[in-house]
Amino acid sequence: MEFLVASAIGALTAGGIYLVLRLRSFPVILGISLLTYAVNVFLFTSGRLTIGGAPILREGAIGYADPLPQALVLTAIVISFGMTAVVVMIGLGAFLGSDDDRVDDAPASAQDSPEARP
Amino acid sequence: MSLFFIVLLPFLGALLPGLMNSAGRAATAGVTFTVSLAAFIGLLTNLPAILAGEVVMARIEWMPLLGLNFTLMLDSLGFFFALLILGIGLLIIAYARNYLSRDDNMGEFFTYLLMFQGAMVGIVLSDNILLLLIFWELTSLSSFLLIGYWKHLPEGRQGARMALTVTGMGGLAMVGGMLLLGNIVGSFDLSVILQNRALIQADPLYLPALLLILLGCFTKSAQFPFHFWLPHAMAAPTPVSAYLHSATMVKAGIFLMARMWPVLSGTPEWFVIVTTAGLITMVLGAVIALFKHDLKALLAFSTVSHLGLITMLLGTGTAFGAMAAMFHILNHATFKAALFMSAGIIDHEAHTRDIRRLGGLRKLMPVTFVIATLAALSMAGIPLLNGFLSKEMMLEEATKTALFGAPWLVPALATFGSLFSAAYCFRLIGHVFFGPVRADYPAKPHDPPAGLWLPPALLMLPVVAIGVAPFLAEPFVKLVTAAVLGEAGEVPKAYFKIWHGLVPALFMSIAAVIGGLLLLAVFNPALRLWEAAPRPEAKQIFEALVQAVATLAEKLVLPLHNGAFSRYAAIATATILAAGYHAYDSGTLAPATRALQPVGAVPVAAWLMVLAATAGLVLLHRNRLLSLILMGIIGLMVSIGFVFFSAPDLAMTQFTVEVVTIILLLLALNFLPNRTPVESSVLRRLRDAGLAIAGGLAAFGLAYHYLLRNAVSDPISGFHLANSYKGGGGTNVVNVILVDFRGFDTYGEIIVLGIAALLIYALTETLLGGPVRARLLNRTPDQPLAGDMHPMMMVVLTRGIMPLVLLVGFYIFLRGHNEPGGGFIAGLIVAIAVVMQYMASGFSWATARLRYPYHGIIGTGVLIAGLTGLGAWFFGKPFLTSDFTYVRIPPFEKFELATAALFDLGVFLAVVGAVMLSLESFSRLARRAHTPETEHPMDIDPSRDDPQTNTAKEGV
Repeated sequence: MEFLVASAIGALTAGGIYLVLRLRSFPVILGISLLTYAVNVFLFTSGRLTIGGAPILREGAIGYADPLPQALVLTAIVISFGMTAVVVMIGLGAFLGSDDDRVDDAPASAQDSPEARP
Repeated sequence: MSLFFIVLLPFLGALLPGLMNSAGRAATAGVTFTVSLAAFIGLLTNLPAILAGEVVMARIEWMPLLGLNFTLMLDSLGFFFALLILGIGLLIIAYARNYLSRDDNMGEFFTYLLMFQGAMVGIVLSDNILLLLIFWELTSLSSFLLIGYWKHLPEGRQGARMALTVTGMGGLAMVGGMLLLGNIVGSFDLSVILQNRALIQADPLYLPALLLILLGCFTKSAQFPFHFWLPHAMAAPTPVSAYLHSATMVKAGIFLMARMWPVLSGTPEWFVIVTTAGLITMVLGAVIALFKHDLKALLAFSTVSHLGLITMLLGTGTAFGAMAAMFHILNHATFKAALFMSAGIIDHEAHTRDIRRLGGLRKLMPVTFVIATLAALSMAGIPLLNGFLSKEMMLEEATKTALFGAPWLVPALATFGSLFSAAYCFRLIGHVFFGPVRADYPAKPHDPPAGLWLPPALLMLPVVAIGVAPFLAEPFVKLVTAAVLGEAGEVPKAYFKIWHGLVPALFMSIAAVIGGLLLLAVFNPALRLWEAAPRPEAKQIFEALVQAVATLAEKLVLPLHNGAFSRYAAIATATILAAGYHAYDSGTLAPATRALQPVGAVPVAAWLMVLAATAGLVLLHRNRLLSLILMGIIGLMVSIGFVFFSAPDLAMTQFTVEVVTIILLLLALNFLPNRTPVESSVLRRLRDAGLAIAGGLAAFGLAYHYLLRNAVSDPISGFHLANSYKGGGGTNVVNVILVDFRGFDTYGEIIVLGIAALLIYALTETLLGGPVRARLLNRTPDQPLAGDMHPMMMVVLTRGIMPLVLLVGFYIFLRGHNEPGGGFIAGLIVAIAVVMQYMASGFSWATARLRYPYHGIIGTGVLIAGLTGLGAWFFGKPFLTSDFTYVRIPPFEKFELATAALFDLGVFLAVVGAVMLSLESFSRLARRAHTPETEHPMDIDPSRDDPQTNTAKEGV
C-alpha cells in the first residue's frame, strides 16, 4: 500500500514538473495543480497511512489516524484553490491584454523552434 | 508635558493638514501651527527641570529582548536642539503659509513638514540609540519628500534622490556603527553608553564604530567629501531649505557628534578625522560659496562651510571647542534661517534668485534689506552681532590647535576660510541690495506682506540681543555645554564678551574682514580666474557612480533574470533536486520500522487510474478541454484516497474544491485558446522530461522512505486526540484542531482566502476598465453558442435542489464539530449550490436575486471569526480561547453550544464569499452588453403570446 501511495505522489510530481516547464500559461497552471495534489497528499502521508481509523472520537475505537496533518492539509486544499484562482486570473488578464499566453518574455522564446508560432 | 507627547504630537498632527486641505489654506497652516505650538509649549513646561540641571526621562518597554526600548531623555543638549527645531519650525510654518502659492498642495507640504519635525525631535530626545536610528532614517525619508515636493521640477527630483542616496547610505553605516557601540557597552541606552568612555575607547572595535558613526554624521551634516548633496537639495521650496538645510536636519549629524562627544572624542583618531574634515569643508564651502550666483546656492555652500566650522570645533576635543560649537549652532541657526527666508522673499518678489540679475534692492525692499543685511553681517563676523562672538571663539580655539604637527596650519586655514566667508557675506549685501536700481527685474520687487518678513525679523532679535549683550546667552550655552561634556570635561570659565583685549583672534578677525572687503573689490577678475580653473562637478561624478553601480547590478542580474519563467522554474527544480540529493547523500538511512500494508484490488485500480490520468494529462495536455477532464479524474481519485485512508473531512473538502476548480478553469478556457501549440524542441522536451522524472523519483523516494518509518520524535497529535473532547467539546478532532487548537492559523487562512478573492475582483475591475473591455466585447466565440442559453431541464433541476443543497450545507456545518464536516466544507457546498444557479439560469438572473455582495460576506465572515476570538478577552483569556456548554431546549435533544461554532460560522461565510467572488469575477468577463435579459426564468417562454419575450432569442 505504501508503495502505491508513494509512487502516485512521484507520478503526480513528475507530471506537475513537466507541465510547469511548458511555455504556455494553461499547461503551467495544470502543472501547478498537479503539484498541489502531490504536495497535499505528501503532507497528508506524514501522518502515515491508517485504514478505518478516522479521527472521530468514539467508544471502542482501536486507533485513530493522525488528525494534525489532516487539519493542515484541509486548509491547504482551500488555500490552493484561492491561489489557483489568482494565478488563472493573472494568466487570463495577461492573455486578454496582449493576445499571447506565453509565460516567457520574448528573448527567451527565440531559442525555441519558430515554425510553430501562430 | 510628557516627553512622549512632545515626540508624538507632530506625528499625530501630521495626519491633520492632509485632511484639512479642503478647509482652505489658512486652516491647514493654522492646524499645523497649533500642533507645533502645542509641542513647543510642552517642551517649555520642562524648562524648569532643565534649568535645575535635571534630566527628564520617559520609558516604555518596546522590544526589551532586542534592547530596543522607547526611552526618551531630555537634558539641556536635547532641550537646546528641540527648542531650535520647534521654535524655528513655528516661524517656518508661518512663513510657508505665505510663501506657497495656490497651486501648491499645502496639506501635503505640512504633513511632510510635521513628519520631519517629529522625527527630528525624536532624534534629539532619544535615549535608546536604536530608537534614535529609527528617527534618523525617518528624517532622511521625510526630507526626501520635502526636497522633492515640487514633483514637476526635475532638479527637485534629482536633488531629493541624491540627498536620500547620500544620507541613506550614511544612515546604513551608522546603523552598523551604533550596533558595534551597543555591543561594546552591552546596552543600547545612551545614558549607559555615555558612562563608559574608557571601555569604549579601549575596545579594538572603537575605530570601526567611530568611522561608521562619523560616516553617518558627515553625510547628514554635509561634510567633505559628502558636501555635494546639500546645494542640490536647494531645489526644495525655500521654507524647506531654511528649516531642514540650515537650522535642523543638517545639524543632526552635529548633534550626534556632540551627543557622543564624551565617549568618542579625545582620541587621536577622532581629532584627526573630525578636525580635518571640518577644516576642509569650512574652507571649500566658503570658497565655492563666493562664486555662486544663485542666492540659495551661495547660502547652501555657506551652510556647508559653517557646518564644517562647527565640526572642526567639536573635533578639537577640548571643552572650549565644544562650548564654541554649541554657541555657534545657536547663532548660525538664527542668522542662517533668516537669510534663507530673505532669499525666499527676494525670489518670491523679484522672481529670480540670480545675484547677477539683482542689485539696488535696498530702496525697493527696505525691510528685507535690513533683515538680510543684519543677518549677513552677523554671518561675516561683524561686532555687535552674534556671529562675531562665536567666530572669535572659533578663531581662538584654532590658534590653540595643531594639526599634523604644524601649529600654523589650523589658524591659517581658519583665517582663510573666514576671509572668504566675509567676502561672500559682503557680496550678498553689495550685489543684491546696493548698486543702482535696475530696470530689468523679472518682476517689480517690493517688500512682502508681514507674514513673510515677520518670521525672519523675529530671528533678528536674538541675533542683535546676543551680539550686544553676550551674557544673555552665556548661562544657557554653558548649561548645554555641560550636557555635551558629561563627565569627560569641565565647562570652561571663559566669559562671553565682545572685547577680549588684543588677542590673536581679534587680529585674525580683522584680517578676515578687511581681506573679505578687498576680495570683493577684485571680485570680477577673481570670478574669471575661478571659472577658468578646472574643477570636478560633484553631480556628474555622483551620477556616473550611480550609473556604474546600476550597470554592474544589471550585468550580474540580467543573465539570470531574463524574463523566461520556464527557465526560472527549471533552475529552481534543479536546485531543489541538488539540495535534496546532497541531504540524502550526507545523511544516514535508518532501517524501516513499519511493515508494508497489504494491497487489495480496489486500491490498485484507483492507483492505476491516477497513473493513467497523469500520463494522459502529460501526453494530451495540448487539448485543454480533455486535460480538464483528466484533472477531474485525478482529483476524484485523490478524494477517494482520502476516504480510504481515514480522512473523511479531507475527502469532502477535496471533492468540493475539485468542483469549483474545474468550473473556474472552464470559465477561463472560455477566453483562452482551446489548444496549446507545439513550441518546444524535442531536445528541450527531453530536458524537461529528465527534470520531471528526477523530481518524481525524488518525491517517490522521500514519501516511500518515511511511510515505512516512524517519526523521529513523537508527534503532538496524541495531545489533540486526548483533549479534543475534554478541552474543545467536539469529537471530530480535525474540526476541533481547525476551529480551536489552531484557530489562529485558520483565522489567518480565511483572511488570505478573502484577500485572494478580492485580488481577483480587483484584477477583473482593472481589466474591464481598460482596453481589454473593447476586445472582450468584440470577441467572437470560438465555439457555437448553445441553442438554448438556459436549458429548461437544468433550470428546473437546480432550482429544485437548491433548498436541498442548502439544507445539506447547513447539516454539514452543524455536525462539523462532532462528525465529518464543518465551516470549510459547508461553505464550499453552499457555494456550489449558488454557482449552479448562475450556470443554469444565467448571470443576470442570479445577480438580480443576490441580496448581499460577496465582499460583504467575506468581511462579515472574517469579522465574526475575529470578534469571536476577541470575545475571549472579556473573560481575561488569550485571543480565540474557546468555551462550550450543553443546553437543552425542550422538544429537542440536549445539544452543545460552543464559541468554536461561531468561529466556524465566520469560516463558512468567508469561504462562501471568497469562492463566489472569484467565480463571479471570472464570469463577469464573459458578460456582454447586448446579452438579452429576460424577465422569465426560462428562454423557452411558456407565455408565448407575450410579444416582448420573443426578442429574447436575439443574439443567440
